[in-house]
Amino acid sequence: MKKRNIIQKLGFSALFACMAANILFLGTIIFFIAARGLGAINWEFLTQAPRDSMTAGGVAPAIVGTFYLTSGAVLFALPLGVACAVYLTEYSPKGWIVNLLRISINNLAGVPSVVFGLFGLTVFVKYAGFGVSILSGSLTLGILALPVIISASQEALTAVPQSTREASLALGATQWETIRRVVLPAALPGILTGVILSVGRVAGETAPILFTAAAFYLKGYPHSVFSEVMALPYHIYALMTEGTHPEIQTRIAYGSSLLLLALVLSVSMLAIFIRARQRKTYHA
Amino acid sequence: MNKKKELAIKYLFTALAFASLVFLIGIVLVLFKEALPIFTKVSPGAFLFGESWYPTAEPPEFGILPLILASLWVTAGALVICVPLGVGSALYLHELAGPRQRAVLKPVIEILASVPSIIYGFFGMVILAPLLQNSFDLPIGLCVLTTGIILGVMAAPTVASISEDALSYVPRSFREASFAVGADRWQTLTKVIIPAAGSGISTAIILGMSRAIGETMTVLMVAGGSAVIPRSIFDPVRPMTAAIAAEMGEAPVGSDHYHALFAIALILFLITFVFNIAAEFISRRFRLKLGLSR
Amino acid sequence: MHNLHPSPAQGQIGLNINPMGEADSSDGKPKISARGVNFYYGSKRALNNINIDFTPRRVTAIIGPSGCGKSTFIRLLNRMHELVPGSRLEGEILLDGLDILAQACDAAELRKRVGMVFQKPNPFPKSVFENVAYGLEVNGVTDRNLIEEKVVDSLKKAALWEEIKDRLKDSALGLSGGQQQRLCIARCLAVSPEVILFDEPCASLDPISTAKIEELILALKKEYTIVIVTHNMQQAARVSDQTAFFLMGDLIETGRTDRIFKAPRDKRTEDYITGRFG
Repeated sequence: MKKRNIIQKLGFSALFACMAANILFLGTIIFFIAARGLGAINWEFLTQAPRDSMTAGGVAPAIVGTFYLTSGAVLFALPLGVACAVYLTEYSPKGWIVNLLRISINNLAGVPSVVFGLFGLTVFVKYAGFGVSILSGSLTLGILALPVIISASQEALTAVPQSTREASLALGATQWETIRRVVLPAALPGILTGVILSVGRVAGETAPILFTAAAFYLKGYPHSVFSEVMALPYHIYALMTEGTHPEIQTRIAYGSSLLLLALVLSVSMLAIFIRARQRKTYHA
Repeated sequence: MNKKKELAIKYLFTALAFASLVFLIGIVLVLFKEALPIFTKVSPGAFLFGESWYPTAEPPEFGILPLILASLWVTAGALVICVPLGVGSALYLHELAGPRQRAVLKPVIEILASVPSIIYGFFGMVILAPLLQNSFDLPIGLCVLTTGIILGVMAAPTVASISEDALSYVPRSFREASFAVGADRWQTLTKVIIPAAGSGISTAIILGMSRAIGETMTVLMVAGGSAVIPRSIFDPVRPMTAAIAAEMGEAPVGSDHYHALFAIALILFLITFVFNIAAEFISRRFRLKLGLSR
Repeated sequence: MHNLHPSPAQGQIGLNINPMGEADSSDGKPKISARGVNFYYGSKRALNNINIDFTPRRVTAIIGPSGCGKSTFIRLLNRMHELVPGSRLEGEILLDGLDILAQACDAAELRKRVGMVFQKPNPFPKSVFENVAYGLEVNGVTDRNLIEEKVVDSLKKAALWEEIKDRLKDSALGLSGGQQQRLCIARCLAVSPEVILFDEPCASLDPISTAKIEELILALKKEYTIVIVTHNMQQAARVSDQTAFFLMGDLIETGRTDRIFKAPRDKRTEDYITGRFG
């Protein structure tokens, strides 16, 4: 009897330790980056281009570049991803071909990001002739975002009750009218969650843009979709591995990391918040 | 009229949906096309099991065993960290956390899973590596150990999140039945709930592994970069992803080196592909076992 | 022409027997007729050779134990069964003498004429106004004044206007169950159907809301042909002029409601009505 209680106590303590360690590790990372990065961030840092071979000035072109790449990726992946989700939930006949589609989407989600980079390099940079550019990088990141958008949209669409679709059809609406006027509006918050989650994912990715879009040091801002760009995550990498003033560069890297972290975390917090509210309305 | 329009729209959606299939096939095609030329120079056996990777030497040597072993070592290191941390956290959330704690911890873990890998790499480089270097008196802090820890911590939230989902699918009635025959909570957890959610938890671990082995930026920054076969956990290494990312910029397009890097990517893709299919297969069986529909 | 005189073994209404003993404006022609209908889910047969007519501007109740095929049958009348993959239909269903299953017949067009109210109230997650206006908008009505007029009119006909006239912009999901169901009826009326199918419309409602819906059905039969599926025999007796009894995919007996309840001809109908089926 007593031994049993002791085992239970030990086991539960171990579980608590795991949870605590998990939170502690991640808390430490965020703490260090916040504490050391905050000093580097000021108005100049946010609005100026880097100067004196990355030892002074700010990271504004990298912020702008990340913005362009992310928007480009979403612009490409959103219509395609939502269309795919609509097909899977509304149109697709059950069967092996749809299973194949589902499995390939799951697999697309698990492909290492550097492999996407190579695909982008071969297809967009070289074959399509877009060169190392915003366009190539956006398309590569878009393919990476596709599975995130598809699965979130699919979850949102399946949460719309079948009876709602029937109500619309019974009024003489066609299937497309039903999808466009009833199903999609009802699923919108969930689809939005997927988009925001994918923004968080895409903004932080580095490997796919290594060979497709990123420049490690640019004086000015990009002027067309065929320009190379700087991007925040790649800038952090460049600061840590290139250049000649490691001390000063590390300081700037802390600032950039904090910026990126703040961006990605606030974006995913927003997504999770929207989703939590959405789930509540359905379960009410 | 109406019918034609409806049909056109349906075909449009079908076409768009299959575009994602096209991308996956495209990735496979590109990898094969760009990788195969290297095997006219080096036999697949010599490529996979060759012990030296000197792609730019004269004559070059394309043996990727050091890179494969490096990837396996750091992934194993990551598993040692992320399995107890991830699964333990999931069990804690499921079994011990009250509704209020859950309401906070679950989203926190999900948000942490979205921290970009470059941030982990950066942290490993500036904080963890110097720390380990000093405490173990190492010549260099960038090594298997550092990489394993960072990758493990990075994969833990993902493993926790998916395991917790698996645990929540275990029907309440299992617990009640166990309590009803006099088992305590720990016994119920270890003898009933964990076995019932076992394959779901395995799926989580496989996906965590898949994430660790495919991770690029972190290992590029903290693994140390030396392409030799690791002998101890304090050796610097160059995993497959790091080799691709670091060398692709310098390899002339169409050169043997270039094709060799694509061949590494192909092998990496096949490894993660097997992991993903395994995860899919196991999770489907799990759902069948618990009588859940897809 | 379809066969107006099926074999006497098959149940039928409204042709040989004029239920109210009065002349119909439609000269006794049925609004809807089903002829030799068989229905399959995969290889499982759910309905066997159903032959039945529905008289215009009358309420026909379809009764029978759960799983007898009554809900399956009513969904054929506006082709909602097509949403179930792997189902198959044989036979003819005629609306005003025209085959609704024909290739040339558009399902959307058909459903405008044959509306449906479902078991569970299923308003759209939109405002009250938008819910009622929806059917008009998808059918190409763009005149705002006309839409508004029609919405108000439909809400009045559905006996909901007085309760709800100040909340037209509120979400329909905030209404009570009974109000939601009457909103769904109003939504259906706005499209000006000729037939309204009710599939157990009161299954999820309290007795007071149920009474309101029944009152409404009795008022609506002046203009519309109504078919109602119900598992509640009292309800069938209260609202319907004619009753059809289904059992295990077969149509056992049809006729005037008072006759079916007082003097059923088939032993199985009697068993069911007197509660021996449980």
